[in-house]
Amino acid sequence: MSNTIALQLKGISKSFGSIRANRNVDLELFHGEILAMLGENGSGKTTLMNMIAGIYYPDEGQIFVDGEEAVIRSPKDAFGYKIGMIHQHFKLVDLFSATENIVLGIEDGEPYRLADAEKRVREITEKYGFEMDPRKKIYNMSVSEKQTVEILKVLYRNADILILDEPTAVLTPQETQKLFAVLRRMRADGKSIIIITHKLHEVMAISDRVAVMRRGEHIATVETAETNETELTEMMVGKKISLNIDRDEPQGSIDRLEIRHVCCVSAEGVRLLDDINFTARAGEILGIAGIAGSGQRELLEAIAGLQQLESGEILYRNPKTEETEELRDKTPQQIRDLGVRLSFVPEDRLGMGLVGNMDIIDNMMLRSYRHGRSLFLDRKKPHELADQIIASLEVVTPSAQTPVRRLSGGNVQKVLVGREIASSPTVLMAAYPVRGLDINSSYMIYRLLNEQKRNGVAVIYVGEDLDVLLELCDRILVICGGKVSGLLDARTATKEQVGLMMTKVGGGD
Amino acid sequence: MEWITVIAAFLQRAILQGTPLLFGATGEIITEKSGNLNLGIPGIMYVGAISGVIGSFVYENSGADFIPIVGVLVAFVSSLIGSLLVTLIYCFLTISLRANQNVTGLALTTFGTGLGNFFGGSLIKITKSSVPFIALTDTGKAFKTALPFAKSLGWVGTLFFSYGFLVYLAVILAIVAAFVLKRTRVGLHLRAVGENPATADAAGINVTKYKYFATCIGGMIAGLGGLFFIMDYSMGIWSNNGFGDRGWLAIAIVIFAMWKPDLSIFASYLFGGLYILYNYLNTSMQMIPIIQMLPYVVTILALILISVRKKRENQPPAALGLSYFREER
Repeated sequence: MSNTIALQLKGISKSFGSIRANRNVDLELFHGEILAMLGENGSGKTTLMNMIAGIYYPDEGQIFVDGEEAVIRSPKDAFGYKIGMIHQHFKLVDLFSATENIVLGIEDGEPYRLADAEKRVREITEKYGFEMDPRKKIYNMSVSEKQTVEILKVLYRNADILILDEPTAVLTPQETQKLFAVLRRMRADGKSIIIITHKLHEVMAISDRVAVMRRGEHIATVETAETNETELTEMMVGKKISLNIDRDEPQGSIDRLEIRHVCCVSAEGVRLLDDINFTARAGEILGIAGIAGSGQRELLEAIAGLQQLESGEILYRNPKTEETEELRDKTPQQIRDLGVRLSFVPEDRLGMGLVGNMDIIDNMMLRSYRHGRSLFLDRKKPHELADQIIASLEVVTPSAQTPVRRLSGGNVQKVLVGREIASSPTVLMAAYPVRGLDINSSYMIYRLLNEQKRNGVAVIYVGEDLDVLLELCDRILVICGGKVSGLLDARTATKEQVGLMMTKVGGGD
Repeated sequence: MEWITVIAAFLQRAILQGTPLLFGATGEIITEKSGNLNLGIPGIMYVGAISGVIGSFVYENSGADFIPIVGVLVAFVSSLIGSLLVTLIYCFLTISLRANQNVTGLALTTFGTGLGNFFGGSLIKITKSSVPFIALTDTGKAFKTALPFAKSLGWVGTLFFSYGFLVYLAVILAIVAAFVLKRTRVGLHLRAVGENPATADAAGINVTKYKYFATCIGGMIAGLGGLFFIMDYSMGIWSNNGFGDRGWLAIAIVIFAMWKPDLSIFASYLFGGLYILYNYLNTSMQMIPIIQMLPYVVTILALILISVRKKRENQPPAALGLSYFREER
């Protein structure tokens, strides 16, 4: 690492509506160093990097490249300053070869000769030690090969500053090692690299310095060699904030759902869930904490019967019959009829739970249309239910006949939770139910979940805000990379404890 | 050598019959490569035909001496302008306003056919003709002018040199289109727009511009198919609804040729051959429509084959039929 500054940010701020994504951020990047950007979900790392890469334009502040002020309004401008970003979601044309994707959009005035481009791609791959056939079609590639193409795209455009947004999220440990070897070779070649991650052991393994972000602010930048994981976690999660969420002691808890050795593999062969074990009890709220994409969604879907398991058991103690039933062999419909309810799927709140173009009544009927024997639909009961939910949950809507997509996020959420609760479930799973909601709606949802808990429902709450998890839940299951890294009592656990477990399995490695 | 003359004559007719299809298919392939499924092609070809007819009608009745090359140019340019204008309607609706491409295309076909019949009917009224035709025989003759030595070459002349210039233009356009798509930067960018417009956009390619240009150029080429049908194939004689289902056949060829302009040359002549096959079979009048169905049957078989083989390169452009909307960042 040399001591000359390659990139400097001064007082960068960026807001989206009323949300301040970045606040007065100063940051420096030296030539020939690897800088890790560390922070929780929503701490503003990616937004900040997107401003350097030309995806967003800062509201305030300046960017300097090699000491000169740079105005970056598009990815093309960024390439002009030799800055390239590798995004989490690949932008590749499946039908094209690696080389065709790499040269796409380049208008350098040179004649178009694919053979020459292929030669240059080969030179770059040899120089940095990539494994890549320039003629291979994208649709034949693994995720890590696709990532390599994205990196090559940036190198082909002669970038000196590379930004990688969570590059290891999609890679196996071996692939990660290979990527790190390549990154080290690039560093030796004098390139500056920013790597966004929230995996602490990777930060320690690859970076020269670490910049920690929290709630849109740059907390500090420290030398990796002079810090440790505990210190970084503390900087990342910050001090505990009291929210005053009501929490009753669990009453007469009995085991309702037992997850035993559950494993699950994605279509690409990536292990999504790895030997998950836990018990959900009636009359308590079990929190699930973890970095986004650690397997939360797959776990909930596995319980609801929507995700194929590789191995393991999901045992349900039926309160009516007192018998233990295996959910794995049942269809989603049978599981629902047992009273196991999955509500709020965050990535797709409307897509999976409600139909946006249908009104509240029709959405109620999605759950009840099978009831009754008449050839015609019975709309009276759903109408009553809709009115009841609107009244009791204070849903703001012109009428029960309003299409759901016209409601605000919080009200959509209330309709969804109201419907699921109305069928008196025995297990209620809620994933990120307060994401995007204002304070009042959030507290309304907490109150509803607590009510269910008092009624003897086993509530599973997947959340991202550690303060909420610690105050709302009775126990917290922490998962990391598809593995359980710990089970904590929410009344005694600290934020740092949870934070550390989220980034590392079991606290060790 | 009797049989070789017969075969040459059959192939010549197949080529003449296939040429309008080739124009249509080339135009539609260029259009679809940009991700626009233009089902208005039959209508656009119809408009291309009537615009050419209107142009030459005005020229032939202007009282000036008929100069063949000017007659050809007038018809050619008016045809291009006519097809461009209707294609622009499609572009504006589907690209700028992001209307549904299927609905817009089908509406355009209905509109184009109606427009053609309206002007065709009006011109017939103007000439106070007793038969429902418009005869532009001078222009027709000019379009049909072949190389002078064709007749002296026997079957070789019949097969290769007996056509008006539009037949050769259709082949040249198809080859040029294949070359541009495969070997040039513009082609690479165009294919990227049709496969994955978001990726193309991120790479700095102007998606809207590419879609407009590809669709308009495609529409103008398709329109020439209509012009050829009237001026060359029908020898300058327009009758309402004379064009038949050739526009739909052109779209079928796009699928049959797996979106490859070079393949569409052979596909068009094959379809042309199948279309006139009944002349060479000893069948009753009632059987003719059945035999004329053959191209569609072949297309369905091709579709089945393509689907079974699942080769990625033979599939339609991935973003075909979808409007591109850059998400708010």
